[in-house]
Amino acid sequence: MASEVAILGVGMHPWGKWGKSFVEYGVKAARQALADAGLELKDIQFISGGDTIRNGYPGFVAGATFAQALGWTGVRVASSYGACASGTQAINAARTQILAGLCDVALVVGADAAPKGFFAPVGGDRPDDPDWQRFRLVGATNPIYFGLYARRRMDVYGATESDFARVKVKNARHGLNNPNARYRKEVSEEEVLASPMVSDPLRLLEICATSDGGAALVLSSMDFARKHCSDPIKIAGISTITPNYPSTVIEMPNLSTDSAAVVDAPEVGFRDSIAAAAYEEAGMGPEDMSLAEVYDLSSALELDWYENIGLCAAGDAEKLLRDGDTAVGGRIPVNPSGGLSCFGEAIPAQAIAQVCELTWQLQSSATGRQVEGATAGVSANQGLFGHGSSVVVKR
Amino acid sequence: MTTSKSEQPAIEGWFEGSGGKAYLLGSRCKSCGAVSFPPETFYCKNPACSGSDFEHTPLSTRGKLWSFTNSCYKPPAPYVAGDPFVPYIVAAVELEKEKMVVLGQVVPGVAIEELRVGMEMSLVSAELFSDEDSSYTIWKWQPAGAVQEN
Repeated sequence: MASEVAILGVGMHPWGKWGKSFVEYGVKAARQALADAGLELKDIQFISGGDTIRNGYPGFVAGATFAQALGWTGVRVASSYGACASGTQAINAARTQILAGLCDVALVVGADAAPKGFFAPVGGDRPDDPDWQRFRLVGATNPIYFGLYARRRMDVYGATESDFARVKVKNARHGLNNPNARYRKEVSEEEVLASPMVSDPLRLLEICATSDGGAALVLSSMDFARKHCSDPIKIAGISTITPNYPSTVIEMPNLSTDSAAVVDAPEVGFRDSIAAAAYEEAGMGPEDMSLAEVYDLSSALELDWYENIGLCAAGDAEKLLRDGDTAVGGRIPVNPSGGLSCFGEAIPAQAIAQVCELTWQLQSSATGRQVEGATAGVSANQGLFGHGSSVVVKR
Repeated sequence: MTTSKSEQPAIEGWFEGSGGKAYLLGSRCKSCGAVSFPPETFYCKNPACSGSDFEHTPLSTRGKLWSFTNSCYKPPAPYVAGDPFVPYIVAAVELEKEKMVVLGQVVPGVAIEELRVGMEMSLVSAELFSDEDSSYTIWKWQPAGAVQEN
């Protein structure tokens, strides 16, 4: 299809708490992606950075920061921010340049050095900022929202704490052999359920940590790719959509939903529309996917995503999990990388890391967690302030 | 709460109430009638409307519990936590007439085991935090069956 771009190389700096600058993580990932692509910095015509807001000015101009750290070559740059969806924004900026014919080869980089504990709003007294308001007026941390969704799932669909714990058990097993994962330790359902409660019904082992890490991609036009390799993995669709008004599910950082009293709620809710937009661009559907990487900010949230990306009908996610369908070896493995459960969140790198994993899986090089015969995969993610994020990757 | 402190809202113009009773102050677009909370001040969020004039409208003071959870750990600033930190419950309550969900803390003294999705909740004004001179109030939810002590 005319809208495809090739993934020529991928790279990562392992996730963890390394105590270094985010720039170092990004450069390591970028150099690895360049080596993977068999290209040099001088071949790159566009650098697309995913921004971080917790690392000062260099984080706000990530494209330029990485360009300077790699060595200035007069390259064109862009820097994107979309909260947790920043990585997809950066990928899409690069894809758009390539598809417009403005460049042949682009480098996408995202990296973060994250503080420990709860994510807090950036400093200062800002009563007009919804992110400030939710902490100040209600104490609505991120896990508060995760807890609300989890409790709702229990009430509406009969999910149990055991179901949520089993998501963690599955992902911990997936991440065991992933060299880029931060947590590589098997956990039992009993251990999960014995960990301290954070936001009822979610416990410490079910809520994703904040991490350091970096991820990078080298993307190119299909014409360029054909000259460099015989059978490149391709990005077939990207979604960067917003909700439709009125959005009727409570979302970070808001203290209320839109009202559906005057304008009816849209037929398809926001989260159900995120991957759908990427599938539509790709001319594919959930039935064509071999695996998925979804944003498991909490164990329970992974179950929501099964339904949101079309792997099963609403209310059937627990059955999919219990039947082992979403474990490696099952019908449609979800988070074979180990997911955020094993990585923790390095915000602007996360959506890029999802695409790295899909690429390794489609190249059959995901040692120790390989989804056999994978031909296509989808990522799903969401950034606060209404950033949908999904990428469809295929062989 | 000590009676010598002056009471003031933790945020201006979002709710009215004292001595227990409270209502949220939404905005109604004078062009399309769309209701928003927090109150809209410049442009209507309805994409089919270009309105920019709003009137304050009190929202329903009761609704159905959409979901609930709690914070067992002390949140970071700008939350003003007591010392020692006391865990609190957060409720998401669906207002039937407005067809919207509004978050708020649940009044202290309610155990999470007492809550269930779908139960009727009502709005009160209660202390969020205090300093030497003032008690800062905010809207909070409580089970509608509960009796509010002043």
